[in-house]
Amino acid sequence: VLGNYEAVIGIETHVQLSTSTKAFCSCPYNYGAQPNTSICPVCMGMPGALPILNSKVIEYAVKVGLALNCKLSLSSKFDRKQYFYPDLPKGYQISQFDVPIASGGFLDVDLPVEFGGGHRKFGITRVHMEEDAGKLIHAASGNFSQVDLNRAGVPLLEIVSEPDMRTGIEAAEYAAELQRVVRYLGVSNGNMQEGSLRCDVNVSVRPLGQLEFGTKVEIKNLNSFSSVSRAIDFEISRQVLLHSQGEADQIVQETRLWEEGAQKTVTMRKKEGLADYRYFPEPDLPAVTLSDEYVGRIRDSLPELPETKRRRYESLGLGMQDVLFLANDMNVAAFFDETIATGADVKSAANWMMGDIAAYLKNEKLSINGIKLVPRELASLIAAIKTGTISGKIGKEILLELMSKGGTVEGMIEENDLVQIVDPVEIEKIVNRVLKENPKQLEQYRSGKTRLQGYFAGQAMKETRGKANPELLNKILLQRLT
Amino acid sequence: MLSTVQTPPRLLRSPSAAASTLRCIYTVPCCGPSRSPNSQILTARKSLLSRETSAVDLAKSFCERLRRTEPQIGSFLHVPPHETVLKQAEELDVKIKNGDRLGPLAGVLVGVKDNICTSDMPSTAGSKILENYRPPFDATAVSKLKRNGALIIGKTNLDEFGMGSSTEASAYQVTANPWDLSRVPGGSSGGSAAAVSARQCMVALGSDTGGSVRQPASFCGVVGLKPTYGRVSRYGLVAYASSLDVIGCLSSSVADAGILLAAISGHDKFDATSSRREVPDFESHFVSKDGFESKPLRGVRVGIIRETLGDGVDSEVVSAVHGAISHLEELGSILSEISLPSFSLGLPAYYVLASSEASSNLSRYDGVRYGSQSSGDDINTLYENSRGRGFGSEVKRRILMGTYALSAGYYDAYYKRAQQVRTLILDGLKDALERNDILVSPAAPSVAYRIGEKKDDPLAMYAGDIMTVNVNLAGLPALVLPCGFSVGRLPVGFQMIGSPFDEEKLLKIGHIFEQTFEGGECFVPPIL
Repeated sequence: VLGNYEAVIGIETHVQLSTSTKAFCSCPYNYGAQPNTSICPVCMGMPGALPILNSKVIEYAVKVGLALNCKLSLSSKFDRKQYFYPDLPKGYQISQFDVPIASGGFLDVDLPVEFGGGHRKFGITRVHMEEDAGKLIHAASGNFSQVDLNRAGVPLLEIVSEPDMRTGIEAAEYAAELQRVVRYLGVSNGNMQEGSLRCDVNVSVRPLGQLEFGTKVEIKNLNSFSSVSRAIDFEISRQVLLHSQGEADQIVQETRLWEEGAQKTVTMRKKEGLADYRYFPEPDLPAVTLSDEYVGRIRDSLPELPETKRRRYESLGLGMQDVLFLANDMNVAAFFDETIATGADVKSAANWMMGDIAAYLKNEKLSINGIKLVPRELASLIAAIKTGTISGKIGKEILLELMSKGGTVEGMIEENDLVQIVDPVEIEKIVNRVLKENPKQLEQYRSGKTRLQGYFAGQAMKETRGKANPELLNKILLQRLT
Repeated sequence: MLSTVQTPPRLLRSPSAAASTLRCIYTVPCCGPSRSPNSQILTARKSLLSRETSAVDLAKSFCERLRRTEPQIGSFLHVPPHETVLKQAEELDVKIKNGDRLGPLAGVLVGVKDNICTSDMPSTAGSKILENYRPPFDATAVSKLKRNGALIIGKTNLDEFGMGSSTEASAYQVTANPWDLSRVPGGSSGGSAAAVSARQCMVALGSDTGGSVRQPASFCGVVGLKPTYGRVSRYGLVAYASSLDVIGCLSSSVADAGILLAAISGHDKFDATSSRREVPDFESHFVSKDGFESKPLRGVRVGIIRETLGDGVDSEVVSAVHGAISHLEELGSILSEISLPSFSLGLPAYYVLASSEASSNLSRYDGVRYGSQSSGDDINTLYENSRGRGFGSEVKRRILMGTYALSAGYYDAYYKRAQQVRTLILDGLKDALERNDILVSPAAPSVAYRIGEKKDDPLAMYAGDIMTVNVNLAGLPALVLPCGFSVGRLPVGFQMIGSPFDEEKLLKIGHIFEQTFEGGECFVPPIL
């Protein structure tokens, strides 16, 4: 429990861009490829090799900068960030130091309903371009480590947030929203497990009302949004506890690792002040100049982003729960948009997608693009039920067929003779038949077991193979029983 | 202005050498046939096409001379077996016989400085940390040489990683100046300059970051051409200072330098700093002097940099350069004296910037992926041992200086400040070049000094770069031509500086100067 303290959280996210080739050479990047099979003199840092900028990196950076409502730096540059480590072939990383390509933006986030909901606006300090390092694989024996340079030179965007989050949930949702944005833009897979989205968080606490920040602790090794949330909550408790025990000086500026198994943060290394990276402008690459026309073209090409979608769905009259479900996955949103575009009722479409369709996806472990149902047919289904052509129950059955085997609503209705029975005369005939065939139950009903109405209804449904309109059936049944 | 340049006496030759010289007059050109300009490449081309000589014979004569003189000079770090070159020459002779189209460098024997990557020969950059290193690719300049028909005779010696002005900082050997074997050939392209001077090859590639093509050209009595930054691709040049490095040409005539430059120039998609400007047809300017007008440099405005001909410059250098200047005047040019107040700031700015960039560019030499590795129990020890043992003391000195200049708290005072000074120098030179076609200065403040004389005095060594570094800071092209001798018969060169990408003007003026200077005097060292 926080009590008299406030947590201050900031997040540094690295997004691996899904360009076809690396940032400064023409090597492709394929996650999981055999070590050192996608390398060349440039990304290996061989003598005499020079970097050549992949222009897609700029395009993707501008897309993200615009999507995060940033100011773009029309003239930026690359800088060398220097340090020695075996996964860094040149002994420096090409990055951006004092003039990032984008800065001063914000991200709109809607917190999940189950965590209290609410809208937040988190500041984005900066977005800059840099190259990834290779990977080190440490031998189990501890005697040696091996270097895989497949990943060296892959383009990254580093996105730094303002320290605006206050809880683990806020931080996790910020990260989830970033994932949504980069996927919507098509610039990254945004996959935490594969390393195409990496989050490091900074956590500090301060007494409520204090303006000064407390000592900042960095947490690494967060491999999912839920670990982001849990790690932060743990760290906040740890720090608050120390504060409340008068041991605030035990909180030191350091890097801690989140241990998923033990569900706690542990010291990794103490930060001995800031490292000196001896930044200076990269002489091998010319300045990056963006024209207004270039930026305008990219701005015009941006898809509708999650935030805009959420506001649009809200304006359609959907509740937050529905809005978040539908808007947060771009494929689901696309499916939904296409369904209602043909005139289908918004609420019905939402219910079907959040209910039967979502359940099916979960059971079959499919994504919305993996089912054979197409939006047009969902719209047809909704319309058929609305006009009374089929009953809701039949609709559910058809849906199952459409999802697993495909086909059209019209075709299925015809093929299987599924048209709903709405003629009162016909239903009366069926009711009479059912009552005649079940004299014993009729007796029991007459003697007080009124619940047997359901039994009769069920029998009638069985006979009509579900086609009887339920409301009409029950109305007529009740009439005949009384 | 009175000319006080010495007229060199007839060159001393041993009888056998004289005989071979007469037979292969185009391989050791003194004064070429009067119809053609003094150019080994043009002469060779003519002889090959007319079948007067074969590519094999040409190659043989150079290989033989190399073998004969190499024990005394030591220009080369690596010479592939001569059979390799001869085989290539044979293939060329077949092409000539078949009337196939030949490249402009067909049959030309070229030396390549060992900091330029060649995939079929080691490329050590003069350092132990790259001992036996064989690059997996050719530098773009080397690919172009090969595509144009050149025959690479070997890799030449240099100061380690291009850091030095005497070639004494090579981790492998010292190269001697062919004019006086007890003296340095200059640096860092000392091997290339000596090789051209001793006619071990026709032309050579060097690199110039602070004067490393021009100063050795001056010391060795050969032509040194530093192109504009961006004219020649740096892809495959082992980086020393990225914003200053260029690949340059060493030759025995201006025409050869120009033809070589044309062959290696042009935009390269593998070098983001290479220029897209078209490469002019330099060769068209190298006409025989018979075709010159009476005042062929009429109207050419020559700006003499006052600060380069005063204190601190050997009087013999000053007088030789004055001789060159009066010759320019005789040819019709208009002389004026200009002052560059920021001139002396170039040296400290250069050493701060070059060392800073070098400290970064040399971080990749850690023994992990290539080069020589010294083992260690942990990664830091491995780095320390590999770099400690692999780098020479001058390299270490510059890495330390550069690291210091870039470090937190010092960046503004050193690196940033030096970049600001660089802008001042660039502006001063650009300004002077608006009022002058070329600027003139010595190429070095002295003639070649003795081996060992400055080795233990880095600052004295650095001071020798005073004439050349400003040109690199400004990215300008410059041409050095021999223009005289000291009393001790050591060559003196003078430097002409041009506007960005105007190598054409430099070469045109240089060619006219050379062809008319003391009757086309050629500078062939006594060792031959």
